[in-house]
Amino acid sequence: MAGNDRSTRRHFLKAAGSAALAGTITRVTLRPAEATPAMLNSAIRNVVGEAPLRNGKVKLDIPPLVENGNTVPMTVSVTSPMTADDHVTSIHVFNEKNPQPYIGNFYLGPAAGRAQVATRIRLADSQNVVAIAQMSDGSFWSASVDVVVTLAACTEEL
Amino acid sequence: MRRTSAIVAALLIVAAQTYAADIPQRQRRSGYSFMAPDTKAMQDDDTANPGMLWVLDGEALWNQRIGAADKACSDCHGDAKASMKGVAARYPAFDKALGRPVDLEQRIDLCRTERQQATALDYESHDLLALTAFITHQSRGMPIVPATDPQLAPFLEKGHELFTQRQGQLNLACANCHNDNWDKHLAGSAITQGQPTGYPMYRLEWQTLGSLQRRLRSCMTGIRARAFSYGAPELVELELYLMSRAAGMPIETPAVRP
Amino acid sequence: MASVLVNVPKRAKRGDIVEIRALTSHIMEPGYRRTAAGEVIPRNIITSFACRYNGREIFRADLFPAIAANPYLSFFTTASESGTIEFEWIGDNGFSQTASAAITVE
Repeated sequence: MAGNDRSTRRHFLKAAGSAALAGTITRVTLRPAEATPAMLNSAIRNVVGEAPLRNGKVKLDIPPLVENGNTVPMTVSVTSPMTADDHVTSIHVFNEKNPQPYIGNFYLGPAAGRAQVATRIRLADSQNVVAIAQMSDGSFWSASVDVVVTLAACTEEL
Repeated sequence: MRRTSAIVAALLIVAAQTYAADIPQRQRRSGYSFMAPDTKAMQDDDTANPGMLWVLDGEALWNQRIGAADKACSDCHGDAKASMKGVAARYPAFDKALGRPVDLEQRIDLCRTERQQATALDYESHDLLALTAFITHQSRGMPIVPATDPQLAPFLEKGHELFTQRQGQLNLACANCHNDNWDKHLAGSAITQGQPTGYPMYRLEWQTLGSLQRRLRSCMTGIRARAFSYGAPELVELELYLMSRAAGMPIETPAVRP
Repeated sequence: MASVLVNVPKRAKRGDIVEIRALTSHIMEPGYRRTAAGEVIPRNIITSFACRYNGREIFRADLFPAIAANPYLSFFTTASESGTIEFEWIGDNGFSQTASAAITVE
């Protein structure tokens, strides 16, 4: 599986790096163990319930190769006239491999004029990010992006 | 006429005190140019650049009366936009009383203790970062001035030595990466030229603003050398050398870097 | 000293869709990091953000540890009337912060 290859290689590189950098004290745990795809799925189900999840309308903009997982710019936009009868009521963003699956929930309304939200997120590893929009008619639409996260080269002791 | 031009030529030779392996002027590149577009965008927009939060705080501190003297920076220096313009671009500067160069952080602390009769601020403290960022920001866009003061010459030479000496368990000199191997990659990150154009800067890795000294210390730790302590003369000498090595490059403070 | 940078256009025409930005300083400690001694550093994040336009909520967000430090938010609203746009951040350990900006709509 592609995901396993990446994590094995990452682990090897980290081990090789650690051997070279004797005495490293890393302050941050790199692979917090708790995240699983099952958690992501149940988090999505919490929002969506049994309703079908349709592809489309949602655009998730994240750089495919991220310079630092601590601060990743992300923009979610949803195609919608944003009228009283037809608008986005909320956007929910999830991740696959952080310690927990939620990133943020954003609540809009027709006054927004444009269904677009930007923020900066943290990604603990290369992974999938999923954005789900709920519309005023109760339908759910989603998009997902596969993001590769690189680390900074040097460890630091404060 | 000929004598004047000889003097000018001599001054220019002194002014352009460069070292053989320095990156030639036309090849100098800021760390900005090595970044991905999204990170560049974070720096470019003052309404979205996290470093600007410290610049704003610094402005408030600039106007705040403190210490036994109950003075604010503005009481002596007025509007920083005017009085501090160009200052950071020529730091570190020689301090007569101490007989050695000081960086901007040390200058701020000297003002606080001697003029405002207040306590000095620690490196990487919020307030010192904010004041340094605010003052340096007033030089944004201005070219870095090389160290022409002859009193600085021995310290500049020391800084050059520090930059080129191998050290630490990995036995690396700054020059090995930043003169000889810039634009290659180390563990997925670009190796930059190590130009100090944007300090204090918001580093994504730190998730906060930090000084050049913090960055130098973390580089030294990275090559498994014992890092100089905050405020050590060696770090100021290194900064002095780095600034001269970057002469002509515009200040970007507050920069954003990965 | 928590600082805030909000950006609202000073003037707009009625019906214009305008972008609003809010940036605030906050460590957003995720609650998963450990000290060198191995102890978990407790979570300390902003948990929610709300924006009101002349008292009417126009945008709200739930924030989680996956939101980066010094949280930045950009969103849109339709310029409808002159008045005040208010921002509110609420978080762990009783964190509460507000800011506001004026908008003139012609």
